[in-house]
Amino acid sequence: MKYVLMFVDTEEFASELAGMSELERARAYDRVNQWFADHSDKITHHTHLLPPNTATTVRLDRGEPLVTDGPFVEGKEVISGFAVVEVDDLDEALAIARSWPACPVVEIRPVGS
Amino acid sequence: MSGPVDAELARVVRDHAGRLAASLVHLVGDFSAAEDLVQEAIEAAVRTWPVEGIPERPDAWLYTVARRRGLDVLRREKRHREKLTGVSWPTEPEPDDRLRLIFTCCHPALPRAAQVALTLRVVCGLTTAQIAKALVVRESAVARRITRAKQKISDAAIPYRIPGPDELPARLDEVLTVIYLLFNEGYLSSGGDRAQSRDLTDDAEFLAALLHRLMPTEPEVAGLLSLIRLHRARAAARFDENDEIVQLQRQDRSLWDHAAIAEAGRSIARAASYRRPGPYQLQAAIAACHAEAPSWEDTDWTQIAVLYDMLVHLAASPVTALHRAIALRYVQGPAEALAAVDELESSLAEYHLWHATRAELLRELGRRDDAQQADARALALTANPAERSLLRERLNWT
Repeated sequence: MKYVLMFVDTEEFASELAGMSELERARAYDRVNQWFADHSDKITHHTHLLPPNTATTVRLDRGEPLVTDGPFVEGKEVISGFAVVEVDDLDEALAIARSWPACPVVEIRPVGS
Repeated sequence: MSGPVDAELARVVRDHAGRLAASLVHLVGDFSAAEDLVQEAIEAAVRTWPVEGIPERPDAWLYTVARRRGLDVLRREKRHREKLTGVSWPTEPEPDDRLRLIFTCCHPALPRAAQVALTLRVVCGLTTAQIAKALVVRESAVARRITRAKQKISDAAIPYRIPGPDELPARLDEVLTVIYLLFNEGYLSSGGDRAQSRDLTDDAEFLAALLHRLMPTEPEVAGLLSLIRLHRARAAARFDENDEIVQLQRQDRSLWDHAAIAEAGRSIARAASYRRPGPYQLQAAIAACHAEAPSWEDTDWTQIAVLYDMLVHLAASPVTALHRAIALRYVQGPAEALAAVDELESSLAEYHLWHATRAELLRELGRRDDAQQADARALALTANPAERSLLRERLNWT
């Protein structure tokens, strides 16, 4: 089974990260890198996204394609990255997600076949 | 369901449905397909047995129906068909199989309402109609919950497995919560208008006993089972001849099942010897204090207050804090208890028992008008017919 883990940032987490010293932030990144290394046999692919202020949205359901600035939903919780894992079942995906050391929310979705 | 024949039918179905489900999952290798077959067999039993009588070998009967139906449904799926043809009942399943069944039904990736419905259907063998009636929801809503849950089990690959040691405590909590919810639902809806509905407390006790048999060294399982048995031991005194609730302090204690109470007390002591206290063991210990007391006045309130302190410490909740405040009434007095109750206003202002408790304390302190107002609020907030009539009576007579 393939699952996508969607990493979700919150405002609190962003400001916590921003408030860190250089050294603390380097340690936080080390923990994330370590997590990817620990699960490298299960992670087939991963992507980090730049923050929502870099997003552009195209809407195709209003006649002409409509291009707007910003993410498609304005929210306090934003997706900041993905990892695709290949595991046996949901419990295994949950075990990987549970040890994620950074942003506070992870959504798990099975990949459609 | 009502009457002894239906109770017997429910008991037989409950004893066999989970085993049949576990065997079929094992056989067919697919939770959802197996569950469909069990449900078919149970619905046939509920139709047939009241007319023809309960067969001598109910397990073999259920299996035969499920198998016949399975061969029918799965005729295009060669793999399943071969598996079903190749095996004959009885295949005595490992007890662990039912444990897997329970953990799958109560997986945290399923919404609570679906966990409850699925457990009742798969492990206890209730039909969708019986679940709907017992939980007072529409049958179509129950059917939808179950369909979605089974869809998610297969789409998201929720495993059919007993969780490993890392996950076990959290997963077991999830199962205990489902059983506890079932018990509360059954306990609160008994009597009154719904005396005819299926007794979910039977199902809750069955599940807790099954879990206790399969996980004998988990003290919280023993705690929940004791808690359920202690409450049920007092059932005969809970309602008067008009189906009105009789409050604990006014119950005729000679009607209680004192042998069951003594047995539960021993079970709590055995669980305590594991030295892993938890909220169910503490609640059971509190219930035991009440059950073992010769009268309301001669209850060990000091011990109860201590147990509530521990419970608030382990599993803080406003309702627990409310019960602790009620115990304080008998240790420190009504004024202190009222102060503790009033502290909970922000979280319990919409809870009828918060108002009902205030009403009692206010009345004791001679504040009749305030007490009447609190009773009126409590009445406006509760839907349970028996509780409503208790509160209405108090409004009329005090």
